[in-house]
Amino acid sequence: MEKILKVDKIEKYYGSRSSLTKAIDNLSFKVEKGEFLCLMGASGSGKTTLLNCISTIDKVTSGHILVEELDITKLKGNELNKFRRKELGFIFQDFNLLDTLTAYENIALALSIQSVSPSIIEQKIKKVAEELDIKDILNKYPYQMSGGQKQRVASARAIVTDPKLILADEPTGSLDSKSAKMLLEKFNYLDEHGATILMVTHDAFTASYARRVIFIKDGKIFKEIRKGECSRKEFFDKIIDVVTLLGGNLNDAL
Amino acid sequence: MMLYKLSLKNIKKSIKDYAIYFFTLILGVAIFYVFNALDSQTVMMDVSTSTVELINLMMTMLSGVSVFVSFILGFLIIYASRFLIKRRNKEFGIYLTLGMSKRKISLILFFETLFIGIISLLVGLVLGILLSQVMSLVVANMFEANLTKFAFVFSSSACIKTIIYFSIMYILVMIFNTYSVSKCKLIDLLNGSKKAEKIKLKNPYLCIIIFIISCLVLGKAYHMVTVEFLTLQEVMDILKPIIMGAVSTFFIFWSLSGLILRIAMSFKKFYYKDLNSFTLRQFSSKINTTVFSTTIICLMLFITICLLSACLTMKNSMNANIRKLAPVDADFSIIMNMERYYDDFRSMGFNDSQIKNSHYTVKEMFQLYHFDILSYFKNYIDVNLYTTPDLTMNHTLGSKLEMVRTRFPFLDYDDPEAIMKISDYNQVAKFYGIKEYSLNNDEYMIVADFKSMVDIRNIALENKETINLFGHNLKPKYNSCQDGFLEMSSQHINTGIILVPDNIVDEEYLYENHLIGNYKTTNKKEIRKIENKINKLDDNNPKVNEYLLPSGSTKLDIKEATVGLSAMVTFIGLYLGVIFLISSAAILGLKELSESSDNKERFICLRKIGTDEKMINKALFRQIAIFFMLPLILALIHSIFGIMFAVKILEVFGNEQLLPSIIVTAIVIIIIYGGYFLITYFCSKNIIKERH
Repeated sequence: MEKILKVDKIEKYYGSRSSLTKAIDNLSFKVEKGEFLCLMGASGSGKTTLLNCISTIDKVTSGHILVEELDITKLKGNELNKFRRKELGFIFQDFNLLDTLTAYENIALALSIQSVSPSIIEQKIKKVAEELDIKDILNKYPYQMSGGQKQRVASARAIVTDPKLILADEPTGSLDSKSAKMLLEKFNYLDEHGATILMVTHDAFTASYARRVIFIKDGKIFKEIRKGECSRKEFFDKIIDVVTLLGGNLNDAL
Repeated sequence: MMLYKLSLKNIKKSIKDYAIYFFTLILGVAIFYVFNALDSQTVMMDVSTSTVELINLMMTMLSGVSVFVSFILGFLIIYASRFLIKRRNKEFGIYLTLGMSKRKISLILFFETLFIGIISLLVGLVLGILLSQVMSLVVANMFEANLTKFAFVFSSSACIKTIIYFSIMYILVMIFNTYSVSKCKLIDLLNGSKKAEKIKLKNPYLCIIIFIISCLVLGKAYHMVTVEFLTLQEVMDILKPIIMGAVSTFFIFWSLSGLILRIAMSFKKFYYKDLNSFTLRQFSSKINTTVFSTTIICLMLFITICLLSACLTMKNSMNANIRKLAPVDADFSIIMNMERYYDDFRSMGFNDSQIKNSHYTVKEMFQLYHFDILSYFKNYIDVNLYTTPDLTMNHTLGSKLEMVRTRFPFLDYDDPEAIMKISDYNQVAKFYGIKEYSLNNDEYMIVADFKSMVDIRNIALENKETINLFGHNLKPKYNSCQDGFLEMSSQHINTGIILVPDNIVDEEYLYENHLIGNYKTTNKKEIRKIENKINKLDDNNPKVNEYLLPSGSTKLDIKEATVGLSAMVTFIGLYLGVIFLISSAAILGLKELSESSDNKERFICLRKIGTDEKMINKALFRQIAIFFMLPLILALIHSIFGIMFAVKILEVFGNEQLLPSIIVTAIVIIIIYGGYFLITYFCSKNIIKERH
């Protein structure tokens, strides 16, 4: 299988020499094309730091992150923005939709900053809106939408540019269980249609939708499990087992 | 002590983001001081007593203006502090949840206002004192006075006045802050920033209709102040277009706020390019909530532009006028044969013997007072004016009288016209260095330079109205008034002199004798000495009750009066103009900055989805530029008509100097307004920058 992402022995330190915090400690893994991978860990385990490093929002202290053949730890300034805009799609816990723009305009913005022409923008949004079932709310403003709708719009914005990698940071964190379920099913749908998704969560239910879960503790990989052929319910139980092993201190692990 | 420290920390923290506020405060204090300390500079100048009187008058007017200015600055400060408090809702919320009482929060704000007040006053005063040193050179230059010596000037009275005025403003702010803190609720404070603002799009058809109506009303107001200018007679007449203009300005912004976005959205290629959709949305959400303040700012800018250009035109024209309209040193005149209008002069307060003895020429009268005026003159001329009750405006207007009378009911049509022999006038013209004329025996002509009167007289001249004078019928040589004047003055005030052939004039109708001359000396001090001597001829002299002294109008007097007036006009114009300009620019800047901190989240979001820093900066720049330009554009359109109106009012001063004043005004506005724009942009950029 083709490798989309290769994280190679990265480390991330915070603080000064006198009080050093190792947020990520010599961590390596790979993501294959079309995979739906979940990074799971408690608060402070380093999973968000890891995601920030992959998304180039933060810089690693040492090590390399390769997206396809490109070493993104070496990128600078506008190269970073270009990379982010072209190769990555983001889904955030708090949606990060622009409240002054309609759903349509929010999605269009991801394309217009890449200088895509309005007619192509329209086609692409039509397609993605159908996939994510947000056709009816395209002309609504964020304040007129439910949390689930907002997150689906945000997801539409993330995938409309056909990114190599979709990064989702606690995408269900602000959603009620029904909306969360619906969103995750959409993720499965996207995954089946070839998208590569890297999701970060501390919620076992959310993680159970992924095909592979990597558990992170204190900045290191604690364990990795695959869904394989088992059902979502069975995979969820497996995850809970590891969570228990982890010490059960993943807050609100259900 | 804790509260005290908190306040100090807060100021330190916000000084960077709100540099514009502190900057404006300091500038406000400095300008206030400079203009109130203007008189202290004149102390060491070598000026005459009449100039000193003018300066005193100017200072009285300036302190009146200062009260008005302090209202504007007070409004600005309260407005600004409302912003600053709003922005810190969350901080106050945290204090309250920690158990701090509202009284203590008020106390924090009290300390902050106190510190800001003290700092801005101190820095502003220091700046003001420095600026007023520069100003002293300007003042000296304006009054054409020699600086006897350069000395460091400090006006303690202006300093105290500044401190008192600004202290009152700051105390008002403190009261206002305490009030707004006591009113707020904890839940609102904590959630303040999260409150989603509803985006309402106005009905586009309603917007279009209102836009069109406002434009029509505005057009009508423009029409009223320019084309229909002459029908504006009373205060109410002038108020009407002003109110119409202000209201339509509001509605134009109101409807534009709904329209601009709609229009832009229909241009898909434009709207979905780069961050245009974002910028336009930002702008439209902002303008929706700021229609009122945009209107106020637009009107303030409009006033600034008109005030500055009108005042500068007036000043420049006045200075240019003196050279043209006061070409020689002195003009003495005396009214003769007062008996002819006995009742009129009696009611003006002249006594019987003065009226009876009024048959001496200027020369003879000075001799009577044992003053040999001719010995002081290098050269002179002696000319006469005639009047007759048989030649008034009623006669010169001829058949056009009724038409003119209905249009201008306030003119005095029964005043006798001034008549002059053509040879006398040509003597004057030659002496003044202006155009001479010739007339045939059956012709007359009118010289005038007061524009409104010229227009009225031309109506009759175009119609070839003949006049009957001393038994002769005369027809007009020209079909319009010709340029010229007899009496020296600082303005174009010659309402008309009828020039007629010499041989028809009846000496019995002699009305006024003029003696016009140049002094032998050119030294200003010596001239002043001569004129003082003439002015003192009637001091303690009983002769005055029997013989009227000639009245004089001299170049020196005219010049000093003009200089004083033009200085007054310039300083008041500059003072108000600059204050208006910095206030409106500061309000815009502050609004934008407080928005920028609210917008920070949005810009972070843009960065997260990978927008280039360049594109973000461009969007921010455009957003601020539109925000600054919108009121300015409408203000400029207003100003075109405002200046046209001002030009008509200031007609007597002449308006040849309009263009340079407009250029100077433009430069002032570009520097101050543009400066504020750039500061706002850089501060906003700083605010939205990610801080790790």
